[in-house]
Amino acid sequence: MSHWIIAPIILPALLAPLIAFVMRYDIVLARAASFAGALVLVAIAVGLAVISADGAVHVYDLGNWPAPFGIVLVLDRLSAVLVLLTAVLALIVLSHAAATGWDTRGRHFHALFQFQIMGICGAFLTGDAFNLFVFFEILLIASYGLMIHGGGKVRLQAGLQYVVMNLAGSTLFLIALGTLYAATGTLNLADLAVKVREIPIEEAALIRVAAMLLMVVFAIKAALFPIQFWLPATYANAPAPVAALFAIMTKVGAYAIIRIHSMIFGPEIAATDGLTGTWLFPAAAVTLAIGAFGVLGARRLMPLLAFSVVASMGTMMLAVAAFTPWATTAALYYLIHSTFAAAALFLLADLVVSRRPEGDRLDPAPATVQNGLFAALFFAGAVAMAGMPPLSGFLGKLMILDSLRDPQFMALGWTAVLAGSLLVIVGLARAGSVLFWRSTAVAAHVPAADDAEARPASPLEVAPTMAAIGMTALLAAFAGPLTDFLDAGSRQVFHAEDYIAAVLGPQEVPEVTQPEPDAVEDPVQEEG
Amino acid sequence: MELIVASSVGVLTAGGVYLVLRLRAFPVILGLALLSYAANIFLFASGRLRINAPPVLNKYAEAVYSDPLPQALTLTAIVIAFGMTALLVMVALGAFIEAGDDRIDMTEADHAGEAVRKDGAA
Repeated sequence: MSHWIIAPIILPALLAPLIAFVMRYDIVLARAASFAGALVLVAIAVGLAVISADGAVHVYDLGNWPAPFGIVLVLDRLSAVLVLLTAVLALIVLSHAAATGWDTRGRHFHALFQFQIMGICGAFLTGDAFNLFVFFEILLIASYGLMIHGGGKVRLQAGLQYVVMNLAGSTLFLIALGTLYAATGTLNLADLAVKVREIPIEEAALIRVAAMLLMVVFAIKAALFPIQFWLPATYANAPAPVAALFAIMTKVGAYAIIRIHSMIFGPEIAATDGLTGTWLFPAAAVTLAIGAFGVLGARRLMPLLAFSVVASMGTMMLAVAAFTPWATTAALYYLIHSTFAAAALFLLADLVVSRRPEGDRLDPAPATVQNGLFAALFFAGAVAMAGMPPLSGFLGKLMILDSLRDPQFMALGWTAVLAGSLLVIVGLARAGSVLFWRSTAVAAHVPAADDAEARPASPLEVAPTMAAIGMTALLAAFAGPLTDFLDAGSRQVFHAEDYIAAVLGPQEVPEVTQPEPDAVEDPVQEEG
Repeated sequence: MELIVASSVGVLTAGGVYLVLRLRAFPVILGLALLSYAANIFLFASGRLRINAPPVLNKYAEAVYSDPLPQALTLTAIVIAFGMTALLVMVALGAFIEAGDDRIDMTEADHAGEAVRKDGAA
């Protein structure tokens, strides 16, 4: 039993109070500690990815209590790759926040940041449904603080909406867990997978309710239609580095759907056969459409980027909703890509918007000091987000299209992805030309020398944006090995027997039983 | 007893949902508090309802016991809901002081982008 599995949770959990209590008045010390923590986290995450690459499911029993009585942390390829993604993104966002001075505009930025990392890593690693709820709450409570960091009227109002929305979601999560516990008598994910497989369709009503309630909860996090409306207001009004970090938060919801609805309520399980995919797939298509039209119609840069995040979540969930290993691989590749693409665009938006007299409104305004540099970076970020070659968005969308060849998905899936991409390209191109081209036609604006708008961005401020774009280039360059790793990871998720054997012991693995088609057909139709 | 517990969960949820859908921050906070009470009672009931059954096993006698796990879950949920409600009150107070009213929806003027310009100047 490797103790490293719990390190991504323990490290920020210890660092955050230390920063909050000891270093609260010393920003240099807090930055140094936060950076050291983020660097060590990247190293640990790389180590975990190497450990998980052997193909086994690694289990960490907290307090050495055996599952299902104790809480377990589980490391497999899927968790490892997402923890690594979180660590790298955290390092990039932290560099930006420190370089631009965002972390000095309010108290406790670094402490909240570390708590947020703790919650995200915990959610990716836990093997217990109630523990997942607790880590969700940790990452949410830290995100509330980060969302209203810096204050301001509109931000506080948007923050209030965000908090209310998520508290309602948490209540729903509790009710779903209660239902699940009442029906199965366990909340351990592996044990749930065993119990749900044993329940015949006639007695599965409570399980089906719980599965749908859980999907609604995760859909709130993943910003899926019809509960995507909180995302544009939140991301557009959050501080830009925080919005870049939030790029991973929607992915926590997507991860939970992949983990729970593929492994426990999977497509081949009698009790919940065909339940989630039926709803998830059209919802994802509508989400993509809303995102694409939002990008086209936005009159400000930050909401435009927020809608492009909605569109990317829709694209990704189309592949998740197919519930096949290859489609999940495509979704995971696109997940990693879209996290970096969204982060790059939000960080760049911060650099540009803070130097424009018009703020983030998409109106012609005098060119900023480094118009050429910003335009080039925006072009690269937009290419990644819209899914054009040579960056990784193109490969991600290609894989998603390839995985949706099944006739039942192809018509809607391909239309949504291709038409959505076109709209996103038009929207981003329009925003880019207003921001960077038409600005050169407006009479030169001569700001005072000490004006914040006249200050060119230092290399340190631009570096994190470039790093995020560089990551999408790396994803494209190493797409082969990465896809192999992710494919092995998604096969692991769909082959739940390994997970069950690792957590509960090999004697608990259920025999594979195929549901009889006749027995399953009728109740599904009744429900619809 | 089942009737009382079930109907109290139902009434609390109905009241909570109604209040959450109001347009001012104060009723919404009350509504979320009611919803969390409903969730806690529901969670507690998910381990079956029993009277005079402590959640302790007795290895010397055939004791009647109730499931301790939902009780532990409820305790955790109460702590989290309490903390979250306190935080929500603080955020709502902050928004109320900044904006001058406790409307929870945002007007068109709010969407015009004041927050971002303010940051740019800061």
